[in-house]
Order: sequence, then structure tokens, then C-alpha cells
Amino acid sequence: MFDFLEGYDVLGAFWMTVKLTVFSAVGSLIWGTLLAAMRVSPVPLMRGFGTAYVNIVRNIPLTVIIVFSSLGLADIFGVTLGAKDDFDVLGFRLAVLSLVAYTAAFVCESIRSGINTVPLGQAEAARAIGLNFSQTLRLIVLPQAFRSVIGPLANVLIALTKNTTVAAAIGVAEAATLMKDMIENEAQTLAIGAVFALGFVILTLPTGLILGWLAKRLAVKR
Amino acid sequence: MTNVSVAKEDVAATDELVVLKSVNKHFGALHVLQDIDLTIGRGEVVVVIGPSGSGKSTLCRTINRLETIDSGTITIDGKPLPQEGKELARLRADVGMVFQSFNLFAHKTVLENVMLGQIKVRRTDKKQAEEKARALLDRVGVGTQADKYPAQLSGGQQQRVAIARALAMGPKVMLFDEPTSALDPEMINEVLEVMQQLARDGMTMVVVTHEMGFARSAANRVVFMADGRIVEQAAPDQFFSNPRSDRAKDFLSKILHH
Repeated sequence: MFDFLEGYDVLGAFWMTVKLTVFSAVGSLIWGTLLAAMRVSPVPLMRGFGTAYVNIVRNIPLTVIIVFSSLGLADIFGVTLGAKDDFDVLGFRLAVLSLVAYTAAFVCESIRSGINTVPLGQAEAARAIGLNFSQTLRLIVLPQAFRSVIGPLANVLIALTKNTTVAAAIGVAEAATLMKDMIENEAQTLAIGAVFALGFVILTLPTGLILGWLAKRLAVKR
Repeated sequence: MTNVSVAKEDVAATDELVVLKSVNKHFGALHVLQDIDLTIGRGEVVVVIGPSGSGKSTLCRTINRLETIDSGTITIDGKPLPQEGKELARLRADVGMVFQSFNLFAHKTVLENVMLGQIKVRRTDKKQAEEKARALLDRVGVGTQADKYPAQLSGGQQQRVAIARALAMGPKVMLFDEPTSALDPEMINEVLEVMQQLARDGMTMVVVTHEMGFARSAANRVVFMADGRIVEQAAPDQFFSNPRSDRAKDFLSKILHH
């Protein structure tokens, strides 16, 4: 019944999807947190940059960003990201870079809404014992903000997992690329679609469940 | 504090610890502080009272620059309040603050709340910080709650932890911004007792409060504010038995007779 899967490395393709997701998730969490810090910082220039970045990047389709990173960054400006002749590696790195740049805008906004849930008194108390801006943010505000936005961040992570399929546009050998190949070569289109849909659900469902459980466990009691 | 600096302060700074000179502040159109002149001596306990909206909380918050001022000067121990930045953070460490709503760090245990400033601001090593924190928690009577989170404590206990957190920095002056206003009546006394003990130990304190009993028993001086001005200041006995201004008489008649 599943003989149409023979000769195709479905697991390998999904492994690539997982790698894209994990690297992009870590990167966008870091960059998104920095952006959120900029957006609440007392320095107008940083606030301006953060606001402009988020509003520009989240309004550009991911496909445009990924295709531009390949055709623009790599082909025209010659950016190689340390992968000179290996186009598989270069494609992967460009895809991660684009996914980080794009997803970070959403991470930033989630975290910023989390910062808004932390009562002002927390930051005032932190400043009153002599903590500076960055300590107040790192030690008091962000830890509480993160705990209140684990749910929304789970949404972002699930969207990111599915967004990795856009990397197919620049030929990264992840799940959607393989699906396209298989649909071209095999007759069982519906079955192929079902297999890949199921694959993504298997990846994302636990993410949502585990993070939902974490969100409850780590909630800050007031 | 070293002996040298004590000797120097005795001579040079006389005994003025906090000095506000013609301080003005607006919230939009509201002139919330109008030409405030106030001097607080070392070891003095000053209680600020007055009707709601008279600017007493704002006054308290300007002293560690949680509120900025529009004009005038504030000096602490002879040094003017610095602008935002490292200098200001250092100064704030020397000025303890206790809030109406406690503001304990909700994601940290009671012990961590009291240790944090020592470790991150004073750069005390962990063991020493913990020792001091436990001693302070014992002193305010919540030593057994050290490993709990703030939300697991009663309001009175939380406020006493907040006092310990401020004391852990070894402040020169303590500011209390309506420390008992958010408490259930039966918890007010446990906090006031801690504050009274502090006053007896010679801590310089500025206390914004509605607790007239505390003002009577612990204050060296009562400052009465109304409509953004200091209307009257006097020793507590004199103020409560024989207020000079009509505004103070009116205020006292409303709160003392029932």
C-alpha cells in the first residue's frame, strides 16, 4: 500500500525540516529578544530601529525574503555564509538566515506583549535597589515576560515549522521539496499529500502540547 | 562606612542627608509639586501626611528619581541627584524604597528577592549575601518563609520582605510610599512594628502614610501637604494637638473624629 514511498528518503527530508526549524527557532528567539529589548529601550534610535525592522519585515512575504536571500544576497552580492562551493549548505544557511530574520519580528512582538503584562512596579522595584536598565530587563522583566508568552511563542514556533516549507523555493531538500518531486513522479497524489500533512502534524502537535504544559507550569503567580 | 567618612560628614555635611530646594513638578496641566523645600536630617524620621492627590507620594518618589522633577534641586548626602545612568543606579542603591503594592519580584523566592541586589549591585559573594538576607528576614519576622514565592505570603509578610530587601542594600535613607495602605487591617501592625524598630535603630526615614498612630509615636517631624505644597511642618505632638493652618485643622478633624 505504501510502496509509492520506496526509493524516497522521506525521513531524511523531514530531518532537514527539523534542522531548519531548530536552527531558525534558536536564532529567531535570540534576535527577536534583542529586538524586543530595543523596542522598550530608553534610547530613541534603538526604539526606532526595532519598530522599523518589525514593521517592514513582518509585512514582506517570506517567499520574497527567501528568494531575495538566494538571488540577491548570494548571487548578486556574493554572500557565501562560509559555504563557498557547497550549494546544499549555502541554501540551508540562507534559508535559516531568512527564517530567522522573518520569524524574529513575530517573536519580538510576542515578547513585547509579554513585557506589557509585567506590572510597572516590578521594574520600579528593580531600579529602586540600583539595578541598571539591562539588569532590570534581563533579571526581572524578561524572565516574567517569557513565562507569560510561552503560549503565543508556541504559535510562532508551529508557524515556523510549517514556514520551513518555503525553503523549497530555493531548493533546500526538506519535506516540501521531496513532496513536490514525489507528486511529479508518482500516481498516488492524495496519499502523498496525506503522508506529508501527517508528518507535519507529528512534528507540531507535541510542540503545542509540551509548550502548553510548560506555560501552565511556569506561570508567574501574582 | 569607614571612620574617616563619618568624621568628615560630621564636620562638612552637618547633618542634612536629603535636601529638596524649590522643587517643581507637573503632570500635564496639574502642578503636583509646588516650590517644595524640605530638609531631612541624618537619623530623622519624617512622616508626610495629607489628603489624596496632595503630591505626597510623588514627593517621595522624586527622592530616588522614580519621578523626574521639572525644576529645583535634590541632593542626597551632599550630592545632587544624577541623570539616568550608572551614577543614578548607584545612588538608588543607597536609597531604600518600600512601595504600597510591595512589588516583590514575583518569579523569585523570598530569599532570592533579598539577595538579588546584594549580588548584582553590591557584588557581594553569594554566601555572604545569603547570610545577610536570612538575618534580615529573621529580623522582620519572616525567616521561616525564605523559600516561598511572594504570592504564597500574606500582604503583611510580603511588605516585611520588601523592607528586608531594601535594608539588604545598606541604605542611607529609607523611603516608604504608603507602606500599609494595601494591607488588611490586621496586618498593618506587624509592618508598623518593623518600621518602628527601624526608627528606634536610627534609620533615616521618609514615610508617606495615613497611619496617624505611627506618626505620633515614631516621627520626629510631621510634614503636612495639600495641593502640591508643604502647608505645615512640626513635631508630631504639636501638629496633632495644635495645628496652625486651617487646611491641617480641617484634615485632622476629618480623620481623627470617628
